[in-house]
Amino acid sequence: MDRNKQMAMLERLLEIQFVAIELNLYLDTHPCDQDALNDYNCAVEVLMKLRAEYEECFGPLFHFGWSPVNGREWQWAEGPWPWEM
Amino acid sequence: MWIYEKALEHPVRVSRPNVKAAKMIITQYGGPDGELGASLRYLNQRYSMPTNEAKALLTDIGTEELAHMEMIAALVYKLTDGASCKEFKEAGWEGQYVQHDHGLFWTDANGVPWSAKYIACLGDPIADLTENMAAEQKARVTYEHLITCIDDPCVKDTLRFLWQREVVHFQRFGETLNTVQEWMCKSKHIWNGHKCDCDKKD
Repeated sequence: MDRNKQMAMLERLLEIQFVAIELNLYLDTHPCDQDALNDYNCAVEVLMKLRAEYEECFGPLFHFGWSPVNGREWQWAEGPWPWEM
Repeated sequence: MWIYEKALEHPVRVSRPNVKAAKMIITQYGGPDGELGASLRYLNQRYSMPTNEAKALLTDIGTEELAHMEMIAALVYKLTDGASCKEFKEAGWEGQYVQHDHGLFWTDANGVPWSAKYIACLGDPIADLTENMAAEQKARVTYEHLITCIDDPCVKDTLRFLWQREVVHFQRFGETLNTVQEWMCKSKHIWNGHKCDCDKKD
């Protein structure tokens, strides 16, 4: 498995996820800001695409029914875990 | 319900293991101004908040703090990875090795274990939101002390990310404090327990 490719894809995903986290907190206290709402929805759209691409190559990012199982094995329990990467 | 994402919020890297740095950083895991206390403080205060905005913000920041606790754990894990008993001794952290080996434990930089005494919940939104703003400032200062004490540029990068999150959280809590105060004025939700029975006769 290509660890460099994994980290590169993950870091791209985390950048967009950070945009979503930051806008989420901002929208909690500015719920009527239309520009921020649009930006949040754009981030969600890109994030969903990047997550699907990452999971296709490196297995599920989420458990409990939030990520599909690709292939014939239960990949969730496979390493590396986040603190080992 | 919480869902685990198999990734850190921000990548955590170290140039090389450094037990001395881990011994300092552990305070943001289980110290008075650390991430465990932060996440539990906010998630626990939600039940006595009067506005949906405050409930949402405490849920979201409390959840982000759990992710920060995991980043600190990853940092300590990597800084002590493969370290020998001798290296723990040289760093003055042999007590950690004796009691926990390479396992993590919630203490501050002086080895004092985490305590629920670090958390406040008065059930009063003004008192609790003000407590949270102070908590964010104390965490910010602790990160500044760590950044000053630690040389590894990779470790500094992680600490700087966490440092700037404290600044953002402080800002959002301040905005929510304003909204809650406006709500209390509008709903005339004012404490009048100071009036004794003799006042009612007048």
